[in-house]
Amino acid sequence: MGWKEFKAGLRGGAPVGVGYFSVSFGFGAMAVAQGLTAWMASLISVTNLTSAGQFAGLTLIVASASLWEMVLTQLVINSRYALMSLALSQRMGEKIGVLPRLLVAFINTDEIFALAMARKEPLTVPYMLGLGVLPILGWTAGTLCGGLAGSALPVSIRRALGVMLYGMFIAVVVPPARRERNILAAAALAMGLSCLFTWAPVLKELSEGLSIVVCTVAAAGLCAWLFPVREEEEAEV
Amino acid sequence: MSIYAYIAAMAVTTYLIRALPLTIFRKPIGSAFLRSFLHYVPYCCLTAMTFPAILSSTASLVSGAAALVVAVFLACRGKSLIVVALSSSAAVLVTEWIQYLGNL
Repeated sequence: MGWKEFKAGLRGGAPVGVGYFSVSFGFGAMAVAQGLTAWMASLISVTNLTSAGQFAGLTLIVASASLWEMVLTQLVINSRYALMSLALSQRMGEKIGVLPRLLVAFINTDEIFALAMARKEPLTVPYMLGLGVLPILGWTAGTLCGGLAGSALPVSIRRALGVMLYGMFIAVVVPPARRERNILAAAALAMGLSCLFTWAPVLKELSEGLSIVVCTVAAAGLCAWLFPVREEEEAEV
Repeated sequence: MSIYAYIAAMAVTTYLIRALPLTIFRKPIGSAFLRSFLHYVPYCCLTAMTFPAILSSTASLVSGAAALVVAVFLACRGKSLIVVALSSSAAVLVTEWIQYLGNL
């Protein structure tokens, strides 16, 4: 049972691993171009496992910023993970112990979260851990290769691979949004707010990480107030 | 300052953000509002991250839009995650290639 679940997780995480490889390849190449070694860049990737936070962190390292600025920036950019962890915690159920939770927390990236929430079967610990293996490998190996090889792959191919991550998000959101009007409304609202925070004067000054949190809290909060969910509907998220 | 101090600060902060909510809030949440809120969080968060960022993630607005349209269309048809993701990548490559030929 455990082994079967682990393998199911591995299979689920494979496309994410491939997508990560291409994105982190860019991160590795950029880090080395800015004066870090390929080893340091890989160390950042294997310990952080986050894209936006790492790119921002790299900028701060290069600028010799203070450690407090580093901590604050990571808090702002990565605060969305707190919401995801909260949702994931509810989804996993209270039977799962602290140690597995501490492990799952490490691999709670946007994409792994998306896959976990899209799963119809219950979230078991072996499944979650299996889900994390290939993305961690892809993310770290991509950084190392990017650091060592620089810009071997043409930019056009790297960029095209980078879009895979968005493709996965869309594949997670669209089917339930078509089934349930409330989810469609929530997604549409989040999309509208996200556009405001990208293009509107003043609002667009907000960092990308923080604006994602604001859009999520506002859209999910408004929808929770307007369309409360009954118990039986929740099970299918 | 040592680069390792930066790396440690980044890693610890990011990990705590992820680990605390997962370990502290284990009991089912009683409040209907909070439960509904968490029901909508994944969809809102993923959508806010995708749009409009996808439009500016490629070399041109057109190829980003092509990725979006292809992904939404295939997701509506119920295609799997990997098919949707790879097809949107392919859409970017093909669009940018056509644009490149058009500019020659």
